[in-house]
Amino acid sequence: MSDTYTQIVNAPLVSSLASSLGLPRPVELDRFSAGEPVVNGPVLTGAAPDGSLRLSISRILDSIAAERAGTEGPVKALVFDATGISDSGQLVELQKFFYPGVSRLGPSGRAIVLGTPPASTGAVRAHTAQRALEGFVRSLGKEIGARGSTTQLVYVEPGAETEIDSTLRFLLSPRSAYVSGQVIRVGKAVTATPELDWDRPLGGLTALVTGASRGIGESIAATLARDGATVVGLDIPAAGSDLDAVTSRLGGRSIALDITAEGAPAAIASQLPEGVDVIVHNAGVTLDRTIAKMPEERWTRLMEINLSSEERINDEILARGLLRPNGRIVCVSSMSGIAGNSGQTNYATSKAGVIGMVEAMAPEMAKRKGTINAVAPGFIETRMTAAMPFGPREVGRRLSSLSQGGKPVDVAEAIAWFASPASTGVNGNTIRVCGQNLLGA
Amino acid sequence: MNAKTRKVAVIGSNRIPFARSNGTYRHASNQDMLTAALDGLIDRFGLEGQRLGEVAGGAVLKHSRDRDLTRESVLGTRLAAETPAYDVQQACGTGLETTILVANKIALGQIDAGIACGADTTSDAPIALNEELRETLLEANRQTTTIGRIKALSSVRPQHLVPAIPRNEEPRTGLSMGDHCAIMATEWNIGRAEQDELTVASHRNLAAAYDRGFFEDLMTPYLGLRQDQNLRPDSSVEKLAGLKPVFGGPDGTMTAANSTPLSDGASAVLLASEEWAKERGLPILAYVTEAQTAAVDHVHKREGLLMAPAYAMSEMLDRAGLELQDFEYYEIHEAFAAQVLATLKAWEDPDFCREKLDRKKPMGAIDRTRLNLNGGSLAAAHPFAATGGRIVGSLAKQLSQDGKGRGVISICAAGGQGVVAILEAPGGKK
Repeated sequence: MSDTYTQIVNAPLVSSLASSLGLPRPVELDRFSAGEPVVNGPVLTGAAPDGSLRLSISRILDSIAAERAGTEGPVKALVFDATGISDSGQLVELQKFFYPGVSRLGPSGRAIVLGTPPASTGAVRAHTAQRALEGFVRSLGKEIGARGSTTQLVYVEPGAETEIDSTLRFLLSPRSAYVSGQVIRVGKAVTATPELDWDRPLGGLTALVTGASRGIGESIAATLARDGATVVGLDIPAAGSDLDAVTSRLGGRSIALDITAEGAPAAIASQLPEGVDVIVHNAGVTLDRTIAKMPEERWTRLMEINLSSEERINDEILARGLLRPNGRIVCVSSMSGIAGNSGQTNYATSKAGVIGMVEAMAPEMAKRKGTINAVAPGFIETRMTAAMPFGPREVGRRLSSLSQGGKPVDVAEAIAWFASPASTGVNGNTIRVCGQNLLGA
Repeated sequence: MNAKTRKVAVIGSNRIPFARSNGTYRHASNQDMLTAALDGLIDRFGLEGQRLGEVAGGAVLKHSRDRDLTRESVLGTRLAAETPAYDVQQACGTGLETTILVANKIALGQIDAGIACGADTTSDAPIALNEELRETLLEANRQTTTIGRIKALSSVRPQHLVPAIPRNEEPRTGLSMGDHCAIMATEWNIGRAEQDELTVASHRNLAAAYDRGFFEDLMTPYLGLRQDQNLRPDSSVEKLAGLKPVFGGPDGTMTAANSTPLSDGASAVLLASEEWAKERGLPILAYVTEAQTAAVDHVHKREGLLMAPAYAMSEMLDRAGLELQDFEYYEIHEAFAAQVLATLKAWEDPDFCREKLDRKKPMGAIDRTRLNLNGGSLAAAHPFAATGGRIVGSLAKQLSQDGKGRGVISICAAGGQGVVAILEAPGGKK
């Protein structure tokens, strides 16, 4: 899935021409490889006065052996504790920290702001000021995206200060290469966070991944297996041989069935007699047609695959008590489900429904000491996008702050973060993996 | 002057991993390394923009331009520039001596919080002009006429290009520290095998401390180095037995392994009053409760150059009303394995304790399993002025993990000096 444009504009002679023409010149993003430190360079931290996360951030930076930046020299990440901001007048603390800081940020850098969920501040002025952080972070993402750098806002519920480890590690690391401009909420833990081997956070756990035979699903299966999970891959019988190839390579096993078939939820449940720790609802299709030309069958088939079957599988597994303690459900929504897209009324409806399902089930999952979250991929380079005509494909790629498409592994890494047993405070989030795409933002 | 004193808390520490000489930090200056160690400490405890009472620091090997090394380092950090700083130089005792100085000011209520720190590089060494050339140039500078200057400069000779390189040598005896220690090893009858055993234990303990993540909040990586470069986790007595002696002649017992190597590094310790820590929600790892410095006459009375800690310890314990056995941890700086073993032997020796320390009974033996439990200088290496901060930081953390107990620190220094101190866990003695 080569990005020819990126190669051309970065070629020696063309690059100066491209830059004088003002063409976007996407940079190669840092991506995770085993054995590398979480953050490969100095981290500069700062805090508004009376911030509540300063020591939690320090502890996490210590636990990942992060080099600390001083007053000079390049930095790999900027981390700012904005929880102390309780009035619009104090928002200038953002300027004070990022004005000298941002010019020191190297390529594939990270700028992370941590705040308090506005509604949890309990005061009008503080609510206003904390909500204002979103505008700052989204704009900053657009300013630094051209160098492959990303920004995020993490709202940390009061009392959840010790639950941010997995989130901060993910956001600081190259694992979050294609996630930018996102607002993440970390709440109180749904259950006690277990001791963890951060190199194999899913060790000893079982993960069910639907649509695992190729593309993003295959990458999800491989990433969860890398993190230690035993992967149970699921796909339609027609994809059975591809699926077997994936699961046998990963040391997992296969379930070949059509999730929309009658009795599918029960059949899946019977294949998981020992229970399951992570369910990833990745299987999905597009059956594009404008609504004026959309036959009912086309609508229904998609809705069954992309949404209704997921609801039935969740119901069955939860009813049978097969989701183990500190269990995870992770869904795959889509940028189209947020922004809408011509020709995709059926698809966008299903994917917006996934977001609704996450919102609705989060409180119930918390009661069961588990979490549910979703990723919403933007333009991800797959066989599906490779088949797109050149024009729309190029536009799709460049419409983001990072000026490039993402890779399947970028989606998989976000799912692995949700799936981590340490993400006990991350519940009910839909996080876009879109390089801060302009659509729907 | 305030007559009342108050408790002095160790809040935390930071160091950069120690590098072997001309290794990873070969292009880093003392100021670079000290700034990096301070930056890590400032970040860990959210001190950016704060004005502390003072920063006391130093280095043993200094360039002339490093006149105010600590102050210049502070100006390069995110501490408020209004934080005063000064340099201290007491050879290898520098790091612990700065801790004592800052602690004393806190105890007296003169300051509320301060940082004790130190750095040393043997890679970026201060090579000076040849002494004769320097004198010639100074003489030329004193001349008022061009002719006079040319005349003065005409006495420059090719051999004047040979620079003056700093040497690890006692100015008054001409012997290197290793040679001095070799004399002590002979006097105290310290064998090769016990030196090698102590060395292996040092490496093993340091490796184990890394394995259990002990240094996680005591260290920040620097220039890509993430752990002490000198550490050899697989070191063994058998392997060390093959090494040739480097001090004490062909029959000597001291080798490159059971002597500390030249190295580069920096460390810093944050000290404060209890109130200061409480106001900021910062932890108290331990208290600095006692300290003592002593010196011996290694020139005329021929006492062992590195025996001063034996004297300092005796004085300090007397004042504190403690026995040598009243500690859960013993942090004895391993300048050389032989130095540690000679000191321990001296404390056990009835004659030495009676004649030199004026004690009726010997101070006695210590539980060797409590010695340098998280590794010592033989494994971590010994960037001179950075060693005190490394030891104070590690011991304070160990005591805070236990909650109760005491630890004692002993550091020998060039010039026949020794510095010792006691740290106590927040919960007091065991």
